[in-house]
Amino acid sequence: MPRIDRRAADALIWLLLVAVPFWLPLVGSYVELGTHVVVYALAAMALNFLLGYTGVLSFGHAAYFGLGAYGAAMSIKYLYPSTPLGIVVGVVTGMVAAGIIGLLIVRLRGVYFAMCTIAFGQVFYFIAFQWRSATGGDDGVSAWHRVPLDLGFANLDIHGSARAFYYFVLAVFAVCVGAMAFLLRSPFGRTLVAIRENERRARFLGIPVDRHIWMSWVISCFFVSVAGALFALMNNFVDPRALRWDQSGNFVIMAVLGGMRSFWGPLIGAAIFLVLQDYISSHTENWMSFIGLFFVLIVLFFPRGVLGLVRRKAT
Amino acid sequence: MSLLSVDRVTRRFGSLVAVNNVSMTVEPGELRAVIGPNGAGKTTFFNLISGFLQPTSGRILFDGQDITALLPARRVWRGIARTFQITEVFPELSVHENLRIAVEVAAGYRLRPWISRTARGEIEAEVRGIVEMGGLGAVQSRVVGELSHGDQRACEIMMALALKPRLLLLDEPTAGMGEQETYNTTQLIRRLHRDQKLSIVLIEHDMRVIFHLAERITVLTEGAVLAEGTPPEIAANAAVQAAYLGQAA
Repeated sequence: MPRIDRRAADALIWLLLVAVPFWLPLVGSYVELGTHVVVYALAAMALNFLLGYTGVLSFGHAAYFGLGAYGAAMSIKYLYPSTPLGIVVGVVTGMVAAGIIGLLIVRLRGVYFAMCTIAFGQVFYFIAFQWRSATGGDDGVSAWHRVPLDLGFANLDIHGSARAFYYFVLAVFAVCVGAMAFLLRSPFGRTLVAIRENERRARFLGIPVDRHIWMSWVISCFFVSVAGALFALMNNFVDPRALRWDQSGNFVIMAVLGGMRSFWGPLIGAAIFLVLQDYISSHTENWMSFIGLFFVLIVLFFPRGVLGLVRRKAT
Repeated sequence: MSLLSVDRVTRRFGSLVAVNNVSMTVEPGELRAVIGPNGAGKTTFFNLISGFLQPTSGRILFDGQDITALLPARRVWRGIARTFQITEVFPELSVHENLRIAVEVAAGYRLRPWISRTARGEIEAEVRGIVEMGGLGAVQSRVVGELSHGDQRACEIMMALALKPRLLLLDEPTAGMGEQETYNTTQLIRRLHRDQKLSIVLIEHDMRVIFHLAERITVLTEGAVLAEGTPPEIAANAAVQAAYLGQAA
């Protein structure tokens, strides 16, 4: 795709995102769905940093998403009622866990790596589930809420106003997505693509492959725990489902659905997934079957995802 | 001092001895060919030098230092680059992108999250030079996976070269190539050797290529060195004729 088209596409996406509180109610929806999409899009794009740009599949990203969420929730509830502090605590928790677990699994490849990410992910799920005294077990961490932001010169009421919270989430999303795009366009980012394309060649160009995969994993988990922290803030609540394996599956579905070779693919995937869920689940409990069917059709006929299809039409 | 000195290296796979007590030294600026019938252990031997495999016993010295236990990437940093029998490139990227990654890694930028305008300009100029040297100008913006076999091979050789190696290992560089492509590749290797004083070790089956290029030849059979010498010496060696050339004829 020519550069000018790509810039136009970027501009269009940002414009649509910024204008969500204005156009979403007009099409019969609500701002909270927009917030939901942006949070999940960040998680799916973070996963795609690893999946689409390093070629490493993780089925356990929900663990770091969940750690981000629990970190934020517990920090606000028990430590100090501050939203930014909650995000920082959540992200640091997720990253430390990812860093350590990454060291253990980084030498594995393909399905072995994916299986180990699930296994470690479930460890965190069961910790959250069983450790009642700290995490509230199945009931989750409730009876807290996100705290309005005091910017010094103004007070941003992200608790009371859905619109303010949407813009807060979008701002965090923009910083994260910008950072990912920046990294991917750097020499470091290109070494990751090199690993995806041909690990053997990458190794014999002098790239220490395991180390770079570890870094990509930690970066990916960093952004997914940011998404997790935002997820907890969005719900004013977190329970063990946030870090269960099916949550990881959702991230993968979103990335593949939208197109894992395109930067914006997972955003599109998240939007489709959540909008379908929103509409179908109001008619039937079995909404997941419809999403599953849609997913299978996409993978069978358009392996590059929805955005891959759009791109092919364009050229 | 020898650039590469392989000292009584052995590699076993279970009960199979793929490389058996092989020694070889390569001097700076030398162009050495390793030949031998299929299954003689040539590629395994390359894999031991480049770090793809670890030897069961023996030592490998590069530039006087023991590299036997080093990981592949670290050997590349010391100056050993290689190509593979089956072309290993980044198939979904363009020729230019393939080479840019190699140049950036060689320039020590592999961990850089950003790159200055000047550095980018320098890298761009270097990539352009390599594209030209490899005769890839016409195809540089095309995706490598779509190119002809010969161009893919050339791209791989140029990537190895972009690392500015002191020793280049080429595993059957002309395998599967047509007349013209073989000729071009031979000329390219010769130019690299002559103009850049690059030490090259190559595995090859095409006898014309070998006798055209090599200064010395090492003959492997069944994992062991059968003979070593200049091309005329090897051509006249009765044992080699019996074991290898005779068999091929």
